[in-house]
Amino acid sequence: MRRFVRSHATELALLAVIAVICVFLSFATDRFFTLGNAFDLLNTSSVNIIFAVGLLVVLVAGGIDISFAVAASVVQYLTATVLGWVGGGNWIIGVIIAGALGVALGCINAFLIHGFRIISIVATISTFNIFFGLLMFFTGGVSIYNLPDWLTNRVVLFEREMADGSWAEITLPVLIMAICVVATWALITRTTTGRQLYAFGDNPEGARRFGINIGAMQFIAFGWLGLMAGIAGLVQAHYAQEVVPNALYGRELDVLAAVVLGGARLGGGKGSVLGCILGVLLVSITQNGLNLMGVSPFAFKMIVGAIILAAITLSNTSIERLLPFLKSRRVPS
Amino acid sequence: MADQALDGATSRPLLSLRNTNMTFGGVKALKNVSFEVLPGEVHCLAGENGSGKSTLIKVITGVYKPEAGAVIDYDGQSYSNMSPVTAQAGGIQVIWQDLALFPEMTVAENIAFQTVIGRWPRLVNYAEMRRVATNALQRLGVTLDVDLALHHFPIAQRQIVAIARALVGEAKLVFMDEPTASLTQSETDYLLDIVRNLSASGVAVVFVSHRLAEVLEISSRVTVLRDGALVGVYPTKGLTQSRITELMTGKTFDYSVLHRDLSKSPVMLEVEGLSRPGEIQDVSLAVRRGETLGITGLLGAGRTELALTLFGMRKPKSGSVVLDGKPVRFGSNRDAIAAGVAYLSEDRLSLGLIQPQAIADNMVIASLDKILSSGFISSDRKRSLVNRWIRDLGVRIGKQDDAISTLSGGNQQRVAIAKWLATDPKLLILDAPTVGVDVGARAGIFDIVSKLADSGLAIILISDEVPEVYFNADRVLHMAQGRIVGEYAPGATTLQAIEEAVYA
Repeated sequence: MRRFVRSHATELALLAVIAVICVFLSFATDRFFTLGNAFDLLNTSSVNIIFAVGLLVVLVAGGIDISFAVAASVVQYLTATVLGWVGGGNWIIGVIIAGALGVALGCINAFLIHGFRIISIVATISTFNIFFGLLMFFTGGVSIYNLPDWLTNRVVLFEREMADGSWAEITLPVLIMAICVVATWALITRTTTGRQLYAFGDNPEGARRFGINIGAMQFIAFGWLGLMAGIAGLVQAHYAQEVVPNALYGRELDVLAAVVLGGARLGGGKGSVLGCILGVLLVSITQNGLNLMGVSPFAFKMIVGAIILAAITLSNTSIERLLPFLKSRRVPS
Repeated sequence: MADQALDGATSRPLLSLRNTNMTFGGVKALKNVSFEVLPGEVHCLAGENGSGKSTLIKVITGVYKPEAGAVIDYDGQSYSNMSPVTAQAGGIQVIWQDLALFPEMTVAENIAFQTVIGRWPRLVNYAEMRRVATNALQRLGVTLDVDLALHHFPIAQRQIVAIARALVGEAKLVFMDEPTASLTQSETDYLLDIVRNLSASGVAVVFVSHRLAEVLEISSRVTVLRDGALVGVYPTKGLTQSRITELMTGKTFDYSVLHRDLSKSPVMLEVEGLSRPGEIQDVSLAVRRGETLGITGLLGAGRTELALTLFGMRKPKSGSVVLDGKPVRFGSNRDAIAAGVAYLSEDRLSLGLIQPQAIADNMVIASLDKILSSGFISSDRKRSLVNRWIRDLGVRIGKQDDAISTLSGGNQQRVAIAKWLATDPKLLILDAPTVGVDVGARAGIFDIVSKLADSGLAIILISDEVPEVYFNADRVLHMAQGRIVGEYAPGATTLQAIEEAVYA
């Protein structure tokens, strides 16, 4: 038990904060504690969770990426165009095209970082500008509305009529998100590659001495984030039913904050999929609650910022200090 | 140990190197060196920094290729050079000084990390990892919670993990580079026991350490290198610390206690009943101008805590401090520096010096106000200040603008001392000033300390090596559990008596 608490301190702290907020919102609003709202939360958080687990892999490997959200916008445009060429396609073809394009963009980052030894924040700030600049230049800022029908049609996987006549629905993005989450979890915790990524992020020199292929690590990490970003881009286009070039601009910082909030360390070697999900959920639950309470949307950013600050302070404070009775007795060596 | 050496004389060497030459950019790093290790022996490799120890290790582990003509016989095979792959496959393992561990990963993963290496991705077998790790720890006679992340463990146990990792690689020959540099005395004893277990189970250990007492305690033979050449191979039996030092440096050192008459010298620092719960208890002491007060004790005895309290970085709960006749109460170390207290940190690498920055910048960082000219840093003043200290302290450097990390430990320490002298201190606290400094260079540091004392500075010298304070301080205080438990005058008390009291 003590070991579990010590090794999952961040996740438990986040869970506690989320629980407090949920209890508060359940009493403060009558809509919050309903199945419909819970499902809504999942539907709207899906895109960010997909981004988050992708970014987690890069953070675990000791890198950072600023460009993935605009890369997802680029992928949306290119995918829509390619789908036009192939004559419509379907979900499977769409995911393959978007994923492949995402991987390609991620590999550009990895190539810059590994090939030219540019630190990842600088490399990805550059590609952030290049991707977004190219996108705006070639599209002229024009959105795409005539997407294929399969992409814009809502797919409801599970629905239930509530007492008040409204429908609680789980839609396709949740399924795709779940697949991405499980795949990322399996990659980083169940495969040798994943453990090498952790080791590389934790102590690059130590990893090098073990003969880990450093270049491969960068390409796998940024490629995986590219894959997730590509898929997230497609899902976002589906959810919004349109492709707007600057729709995802700025999303990178929200996702980054959520992932770091979830316990991933800037600098590598630390972070979990569960933490990531909790980080994203904390932010979206807060926004959802503020919405339901009728708080002015202009105050959202401010309050979300304060919540992030409070949660990160809480999870940085050592668990021993918060719960002194858990303090382990040091065995003299 | 002695019977082991006799056994060894009859068995075939596990490793035997001959005619090993190595040149880096015109400098001969190894001159026709030969080296031999017997199966299961603990062999010490001694030499100052730059004597060729690490080059030799890197030749044996395949990192460097020696010049043509070298013969490496290892485990029945003969090679002209090693490759890292052959060396590892043959069971040669190195435990680097920085350990190369993964702090966020579990003990099991750290020990059995080899199982996740390989060209093709596979599923991780955590149960197998746990089994491998537990087995390796069992061979060392240690139990650790293998599922806990490594960063929860103190440094001594991380060492054990690094050793266990080497065992997983089916080690026959393990190199340990300064394994005890950051360990306390009891942790060191524990580690030496582990090394004995290792040796008893048939693994040969090559031990590199600056701490000669350990070398004598653990090894059966010592190979000494100086300036890239072999000085000789000696059985440990019959060697003494001073003999090894002579062999390593080629110089003889004169060890004698200080005899300074300071009874008429005014008191510079007077501490009465200084306490900080859990750290120091009721500490009273006085240091005169021109006096060096030695403080020794095991790590964790409160020595560094006392120093930090005198330096204003920790606030005492009770007690008084009088500096140069004036009662002082420091709110921060800035106050302490302004009042004339300087503190040379025990951790030169991460706290004492800013490693990537230039020598000159490191030297002036504590006295920037002295090199200002109309509010801005004057590069002329900076240069003249730096030149003065480089000359006075005999620092050997290339250029002032070279990074401090390019200097040897001894020269880095001189820069760190110069940094504090530039603040015009009245009291200089030296916390473990010889950690990571060569035996030869240590004498140079203590020459400086002695001259500083003669110039009227009051000096507190903290060290866990009793001989250091014995030969370089006028008085020696012994700290244990935050208290001062003994005071000795070198000369009047023997070194052995103090050592017995401290290590008891």
